[in-house]
Amino acid sequence: MSTENKPSKKESLFSKKNRKLLKDPLGDSNPITIQVLGICSALAITVQLQQAVIMSLSVLFVMIGGNLIVSLLRNLIPDRIRIIVQLVVIASLVIIVDEVLKAYQPDVSEKLSVFVGLIITNCIIMGRLEAFALANKPGPSVLDAIGNAMGYAWILLAVSVVREVFGSGAISLPGMGQVKFFNADSSLFFANGGFYEHNNLMILPPMALVVVGVIIWIQRSRNEALIED
Amino acid sequence: MEYFSIFVKGIFVENMIFAYFLGMCSYLAVSKTVKTANGLGLAVIFVLGITVPINYLLENYVLQEGALMWLSDDFKDVDLSFLSFIMFIAVIASMVQLVEMIVEKFAPALYGALGIFLPLIAVNCSILGGALFMQERQYPSIGEATVFGLGSGVGWWLAIVAIAAIREKIRYSHVPAPLRGLGITFIITGLMGIAFMSFMGIEI
Repeated sequence: MSTENKPSKKESLFSKKNRKLLKDPLGDSNPITIQVLGICSALAITVQLQQAVIMSLSVLFVMIGGNLIVSLLRNLIPDRIRIIVQLVVIASLVIIVDEVLKAYQPDVSEKLSVFVGLIITNCIIMGRLEAFALANKPGPSVLDAIGNAMGYAWILLAVSVVREVFGSGAISLPGMGQVKFFNADSSLFFANGGFYEHNNLMILPPMALVVVGVIIWIQRSRNEALIED
Repeated sequence: MEYFSIFVKGIFVENMIFAYFLGMCSYLAVSKTVKTANGLGLAVIFVLGITVPINYLLENYVLQEGALMWLSDDFKDVDLSFLSFIMFIAVIASMVQLVEMIVEKFAPALYGALGIFLPLIAVNCSILGGALFMQERQYPSIGEATVFGLGSGVGWWLAIVAIAAIREKIRYSHVPAPLRGLGITFIITGLMGIAFMSFMGIEI
């Protein structure tokens, strides 16, 4: 019973350091709420969950690809032109994403319009390439990319769930379309003698900012160390 | 009149910040004092005013399907529009480099104040966003495209100067501690966005 094989010590996948790479961006160094990176696209496409899911997956793909490629090339890239090199790597990956979306999810691609292209200028991606991938091995870089993309994704998903549930009384997932919670003639609606009414304010762009503001508020009141003076 | 309409629309109705959230990163990071906010805003107007027309020419004479006809009739079926992301970002990055060199030479004080944020204009979403909106909306001539670029730049400048002024004053107010700084800025921007929505539907 006591002769179990110990896992080899060679930097296991779930070592403390690697777990930190994955976990930190979800909470205390979240790219959106703490580092304030990549807000642009985060807010504009959160009207429906469906778009947020597609956007998160696209960013995940571009980040993993970008971090991996730049990390592999890190000793070859001259310091002076690194920004251009990074932009070209990112832009090529985004073109792939854009073409794939146009082919397989044409209606979502239509709704995201320019925001797929704007993944190029998403500061999270540039920021992680600059701060992490240029100085680290491919393995940790990929983990860092996954962590940060996930940190970006959960804010996106949270904001879009709030906005879609309160704004249109529905939830939508890719491939399923929008599922309404109750029919248009349900007796729960205010017009039919009930109590419920769509909060149309939630669909408007400015409410995305307020929802993110509230998320920041909650996060900082739970962790006093993050409070700015 | 067409030009004036596009210009006003770019500033108020389709404001880069309040309607599309483009350029939020630098908007939040550089809006602590009015002076630096003003500098960055002017730089954005300048860069948008230059890059949108250049990208317009690129789009209409190189990238679109059949755009290369001016070279020879053989290029009738060539469609390079999938390259537009890379071409646009390359133009923007090189223009920003140029602006940076000019500012460093002629306005060293401004260069010192903007510091790291000037290179960041290259990855300011509003610049690439301007080029992509120009592509999507298919303006009929380069004049309209330029006016659109300048208009959205002025809108961006207006937004960042306004929020910087508010942030300077709000330092003296009693904001709940966890909301201080970033949180309250988000919520104020949201409220300003709601105010700007009243411009929607204006036809000039």
